[in-house]
Amino acid sequence: MSQWKDSGKLGLILLVSPLALWLALFIVLPHIDMVLISLRERVAARQYAFSWGNYTEFFTEPLYWRTFLRTAVMSILATGLTLLIAFPVSFYIAKMLRGRLKAALFILCLIPFWVSELVRTYGWMILLRETGLFSSLLQWMGLVDQPVEMLYNDVAIMVGLVYTSMLFMVVPLVTTLESLDDSLIEAAYDLGGNHLEVIRDVVIPHAMPGIVSGCIVVFMLTLGNYLTPTLLGGKDSLWFTEQIYTQFITRFNWEQGSAFGMLLLVLSSVIVWCGLKLSRQSFTRVMT
Amino acid sequence: MQLQANNTDVDLECREVTKSFGHFAAVQEVSFSIPSGSFFSILGPSGCGKTTLLRMVAGFQSPDHGDILIKGKSVLNTPPNRRPVNMVFQHLALFPNMTVAENVAYGLKRRGVAKTDIKSRVEDMLSRVGLPDSGDKQISQLSGGQKQRIAIARCLVLNPDVLLLDEPLGALDLKLREQMKVELKHLQEKFGATFIYITHDQSEALVMSDQVAVMNAGRFEQVGAPQELYYEPASRFVAGFVGESNRWYGVIQERDEKGFNVQCETGLKMRIDRPGNDLQVSHPWGVGKKLEFYLRPESITVTLGDTAPATTNRYKGKVESVLFDGARSQMLVRLPDAIELLNVALPQTAEFRRVKKGDVVSVGWMSGQVRCYEV
Repeated sequence: MSQWKDSGKLGLILLVSPLALWLALFIVLPHIDMVLISLRERVAARQYAFSWGNYTEFFTEPLYWRTFLRTAVMSILATGLTLLIAFPVSFYIAKMLRGRLKAALFILCLIPFWVSELVRTYGWMILLRETGLFSSLLQWMGLVDQPVEMLYNDVAIMVGLVYTSMLFMVVPLVTTLESLDDSLIEAAYDLGGNHLEVIRDVVIPHAMPGIVSGCIVVFMLTLGNYLTPTLLGGKDSLWFTEQIYTQFITRFNWEQGSAFGMLLLVLSSVIVWCGLKLSRQSFTRVMT
Repeated sequence: MQLQANNTDVDLECREVTKSFGHFAAVQEVSFSIPSGSFFSILGPSGCGKTTLLRMVAGFQSPDHGDILIKGKSVLNTPPNRRPVNMVFQHLALFPNMTVAENVAYGLKRRGVAKTDIKSRVEDMLSRVGLPDSGDKQISQLSGGQKQRIAIARCLVLNPDVLLLDEPLGALDLKLREQMKVELKHLQEKFGATFIYITHDQSEALVMSDQVAVMNAGRFEQVGAPQELYYEPASRFVAGFVGESNRWYGVIQERDEKGFNVQCETGLKMRIDRPGNDLQVSHPWGVGKKLEFYLRPESITVTLGDTAPATTNRYKGKVESVLFDGARSQMLVRLPDAIELLNVALPQTAEFRRVKKGDVVSVGWMSGQVRCYEV
């Protein structure tokens, strides 16, 4: 018996160790290092002193915290839009379709993600730029008499972000909606509910864990996205990840960059926590 | 086959309702009407179309042909949320995110009943189904039988013209099912509502119903009181499906005015008379006609030893095995000149308590107790 137990323990260690190593080496250690870097200040060449300065800089310089606020608000908006578009799609896939068609539509949602994000974003640029498809189409139809620039504005960023996030909302939603018993929907109709009431009283409460987990994933991905806002929004897209990039790469100010990185982590966690509290969901329930 | 009633006391009437899925005809020209306040069961094997029929009445599916009338008005164009019928689902479909009281109140809220009114009606309903203090409980805190009662209360609180029940006892264990059968019948009598109950369990249908329709392959085979179905099955299917029977195939060897002598494929010979059954005698069945015979285990008289019972058909046999099941105990008797085992109800008398394998018994049945059907 004890031999069994020991081999079970060994198996557990073997199975968990790659994950633990991965977490420790690539997540925990770099973050500890980042905290340490962010809490120092260069006083002279190769001489550093402890300081909160990098953090106070964020709150005293309006550009920084306004950029952060803008990023957060845009991300929340993008998450909301993604949910709004993905919910009917997921409901259709999970509840209205059966068999082959269902699998086909689900794969259709997946296919864009076989291509890298960069290529997908360039796709949008081809569509939206001044000499792009939409602009030419509008001119050909005679609706406008000169090329229209549709890139480099907030709408373009939003379109790109929603498009990129779609799958991460559809998958959890389809999974939770599939587990909803059809007879619950029928029972609600049978007792006199109309379409809206059935969705409000039965479908959404059941899908809540899926909605919240989808929203968390999409919000985190959007907030930390660098490529889409930069390419579709241009130089002045004022996305917070760009500020971090600038500090690390352009300005060589690793201390400031680390402080921004930590702030992004803490603030996004706070927003997610608030979202969980507001929707009365627990993190463990949502993520399982 | 049809129950025709043209008075106003009919709650539900179906006229030649037909529904197909692709090439599969699920329900074929089913007509029936159900008088107010009765307990009507539709009994049939799975896949016979009974659920489809019920869902058409509820409004979740629409018939290809025919009409469905509730209280004399066609409801074909009424969506399910406006039909004066409510349904208790197979797995009950109680809303898990609401409390017991909220579940019961759901239909009233959708109708826009005043809040104070809802509260008193829900409380009243909960006490009528015997769960007066469980309003604040979560659904997951209820036992199977309690859930059952809440699911019924949720519908009855709306005073539906017809309550549809889709095998709601299927998920319960045997003991609870027996108990709920009685309780459901009491509830129906107490509320005076019209119940339509579908099931594949004949005992549920026979125990609770005023009228039972036996359904097979999309059609009603017979509609009648439980006793009628049991003692006078109108077709081979009903005879085989309702209750237990010994079954043989055989050929008529001799025929006279009162009945005929037959020989079964298994070698068994017997006399069949139909004195009280004109329908059967008037059949132009002559010598050589192939028939199927049904005989209930409890119609067989059995005596221990060689004393033959005073019946038309008499045989000697050996007990092959005893299937003890309390009041429903049976024994299998092998007849020496036939290859089949005869299923005989075990008499509830002292002398049969010790009957065992290998004992010699005499069995017999009256010539009028065998029912025959054309093959």
